[in-house]
Amino acid sequence: MTTETLIWLLPLPPVLAFFLIVLFTNRFKGLSHTLALVGAGFSWLASMVVCFRAIQTEGLAENPFNQSIGWLPLGTGWLEIGVQVDPLTTVTLFFVAWTVLMIFIYSIGYHHFGRPASKQDKPGLPPEGTFQKDKKGHRHPVPSIEPLYSRFFALISLFAFGMFLLVVSNNLLTLYVGWEIMGLCSYLLIGFWYGKESARNAALKAFLTTRIGDVFMLLGLVALYSTTGTLNYQAILSSPEVLERLAASASPLAGLSWAELIGVLILIGIIGKSAQFPLHVWLPDAMEGPTPVSAMIHAATMVSAGVYLAVRFFPLLTVGWEVGSPLTIPMLAMGFIGAFTALFAATIALTQMDIKRVLAYSTISQLGFMIAALGVGAYVAAAFHLVTHAFFKALLFLGSGSVIHGMEHGVLHIKQPVDPQDMLNMGGLRKKMPLTFWTFLVGGFALSGFPLVTAGFWSKDEILSGAFNNGQYVIFSVLALAALLTAFYTMRQITLTFLGAPRSKAAEYAHESQPVMTLPLVVLALFAVSAGWVGIPEYFPLVGGLLPNWFEEFVGSMLVGVHPKSQPSLLPLVTSIVVAIGGLLLGWLAYRGVKTRTDPLEKPLGVFYKLFINKYYVDAIYVYIFYRPAAWLAETFSYRWLDLGIIDGFLHATGRFSVWLGGKLRTLFDIPVVNGAGDAAAHRTRDIGSFLRSLQTGHVQQYMAAAIALLVFGGLLFYLLGYLG
Amino acid sequence: MIPLSWYLIASAALFCIGLFGVMVRKNAITIFMSIELMLNAVNINLIAFWHYHSQMQSGPHVTGLVFVAIVIVVAASEVAVGLALIISAYRRRKTIIIDDLTLLKG
Amino acid sequence: MTGLQIIFLIVTGVTLFSAIMVVSVRKMIHAVLWLVQTLLGVAILFITLQASFFAVVQILVFIGAISILILFSVMLASRVIQDSSPQVVKKWWLPALVATLLLGLLVNFLALWPGFETTLVELPEGSDNIAELGHVLISPEGYIIPFELASILLLAALIGAIYIAIDRKEPQSS
Repeated sequence: MTTETLIWLLPLPPVLAFFLIVLFTNRFKGLSHTLALVGAGFSWLASMVVCFRAIQTEGLAENPFNQSIGWLPLGTGWLEIGVQVDPLTTVTLFFVAWTVLMIFIYSIGYHHFGRPASKQDKPGLPPEGTFQKDKKGHRHPVPSIEPLYSRFFALISLFAFGMFLLVVSNNLLTLYVGWEIMGLCSYLLIGFWYGKESARNAALKAFLTTRIGDVFMLLGLVALYSTTGTLNYQAILSSPEVLERLAASASPLAGLSWAELIGVLILIGIIGKSAQFPLHVWLPDAMEGPTPVSAMIHAATMVSAGVYLAVRFFPLLTVGWEVGSPLTIPMLAMGFIGAFTALFAATIALTQMDIKRVLAYSTISQLGFMIAALGVGAYVAAAFHLVTHAFFKALLFLGSGSVIHGMEHGVLHIKQPVDPQDMLNMGGLRKKMPLTFWTFLVGGFALSGFPLVTAGFWSKDEILSGAFNNGQYVIFSVLALAALLTAFYTMRQITLTFLGAPRSKAAEYAHESQPVMTLPLVVLALFAVSAGWVGIPEYFPLVGGLLPNWFEEFVGSMLVGVHPKSQPSLLPLVTSIVVAIGGLLLGWLAYRGVKTRTDPLEKPLGVFYKLFINKYYVDAIYVYIFYRPAAWLAETFSYRWLDLGIIDGFLHATGRFSVWLGGKLRTLFDIPVVNGAGDAAAHRTRDIGSFLRSLQTGHVQQYMAAAIALLVFGGLLFYLLGYLG
Repeated sequence: MIPLSWYLIASAALFCIGLFGVMVRKNAITIFMSIELMLNAVNINLIAFWHYHSQMQSGPHVTGLVFVAIVIVVAASEVAVGLALIISAYRRRKTIIIDDLTLLKG
Repeated sequence: MTGLQIIFLIVTGVTLFSAIMVVSVRKMIHAVLWLVQTLLGVAILFITLQASFFAVVQILVFIGAISILILFSVMLASRVIQDSSPQVVKKWWLPALVATLLLGLLVNFLALWPGFETTLVELPEGSDNIAELGHVLISPEGYIIPFELASILLLAALIGAIYIAIDRKEPQSS
């Protein structure tokens, strides 16, 4: 099978699984997850074969695996869609395939497959557990299987299709299609437990916020198409003439060239999708969805799609820029927004107590890192961090899911309402859930950038070096501070959750999760450790030249022209090591003695603590600025005034008028004239009949008299006529 | 010697008297008698005209007499049946006042 | 004025007077008797017209049969005669007026006929030929059919009168 055909077939198994589950196997839980897994498995297999072949191909960046078909007949030609695998696609495909497969496997255990179904469980609410008799006849509480089990697998299969489609496409149109499919699945999956109002609201918030970004992105797409006549990557991004032309022509928006305008518009879409400030508000609320959803969509794949698009469009965003020259407008925007978001989200993550919220803000922060890296021109670093981040963030989320499951088991036993996600209720889970602990530790260290052994270190170091070497000292400092905070809150999280002593009864009852959940953790942990070793820069002391910096060669070949090689620079290197280890140490020191429900950071931070824990009041501001006017517009203006008042009023008035008119017509015309005519005819006839009847007296003599009288009268008439005539 | 007109006027007068009697009297039998008067008036008329025609035609001419015979026959039969009817009506209704026999009232 | 004319006037006067009495008197017996006198007068008029056969027939049939029949009926309905209410309808002047008008009209229209003023002379001897009458009544070229019809009419009247007048009282159980 040719590679091109394989690439075409890549996205199809999951969508096939989706249709089969939706149409046929919804009632059969085991069959549904098997179908989903087979679909993901085939895609994984195809991805591995494609990646393997792609790696072996020389000069893949110049001649990627490429195939298009004409899809939409236009006036002069065809709008073509197709697939393309170049180095960027290869690395993206690699991590997407692995994380998707691991999360699919994890979901089987997460949704308690194999446990009994409880009759009290309502579809749309999380399962509440049921009782099971063991061999001795004791009834003890066990978790119950998710009622909407098959639906979950159908939706994540559809999502996987969307992501694969986005990754392998060679044009912006199918990328946008995949983008939107993922947006839809994100909505459906965040609101998976639609019985909870918070979940419904969160789903709507996510969809609408990303929609705002998507609208601008669509405008960018349309602008791109109208200026260049195509949406194909190779036609736009690999041809310098097109890029030059776009950079030279001025757009209607003052001061910006077309390239800059399109770049900014697409950037807004990325800000929405990858949850950067100011469109970041949906990601923390998206934690309402089940943890596999958080892991897959909001850590590994969907939010990464935004960064992938930015990396893909790097040539357009940086047109006219070279190393050392001032940054273009999109780059400036990316740099500042990315850096700001990184720090902003990190500060908020410091104060959050929900285990998933910390990870959500951590994701926002790390995505900010990547965007900032692109903003300063560190192309390879951003792509590298994208790959490594996917692995360890997915690992961290799945680990948190395992922790929550353990806590829920404890909650079932003690039968008290205890929030299983609140870290202040945890503690000491290291002994109860060792495998989860060690894998979580690996992931946490990778996130913090623990030197040498974790993938996060290598990628974060690349970003800091890139920022420093390109002279962006402000961004460098901000990112360094954010890295410090990242390490701090990560260690805080690990300490509160796993170390120390259990702070609640639920934590005491926790136990390790089943292998179907812990195996993906182990696999992902292996990647979290080893994925960084493909990108070790040569200048690195000690281990520098041992392994070739394959990643830089491979992905760096995507850049047309001279790309900045990673240069030796000591300061960023030292900074990243210090920041990582220092942050971890500080975090452990601050939190290891926590026994009560107070946060030791509360007093030192003072007023800042309140600001951080309330997420800078951004949500409240948005409610005030956007939601209230919109609600007023909808409720009062449109509904009450226009709809009820004017339109309904008009209708009611018309109705009343018609009724009145009808009544008047009836009383004035119908009854008197029409009825009256008929009745009058009948009555007059009867009256005439009565009159004539009175002539029939029955007195024969009167008949005779009348006859003779008539005769006489006639005779008189004749006589008179005779005289006259 | 007697002008025809005298006979005709006499028969007309008798006829009108009979007619008056039919229209005025209440008793059924009296009305019958008035009808007889009218028939007799007719007879006078017919005989007068027979005489006139015999006079004009100067030959035996008996058509008028046949007519009169028939009239007499009819008068007789009519009286018979009519009185039988009156007797029958009298038996049923115990009255022969015409005003009370109003079964034809509509 | 010839003697015949005087006789005619007297007879006519008596006849008409009797007729008026017929329609005027209160008691029915009186009316019947006045009727007899009227019929007698009519018979005399027939004689003046040289229809002597019919004068006799008139007396025989009308006075002898019909008047007697009426007299019998009057006697059978004698209880009604005790009725003392007026024997004529109210507003009798209306039919009187009508009758008078009719008389006037009749005479007037009769007067329009040219032969109205002709004088009736005495007929020759053989004019009143009864044999001729009988012959005409029987012969097929004559008036046999009216004659036969008249006979059937008499028969029908006979049967009819019997049938109508017969007393169909139920046999009483006594």
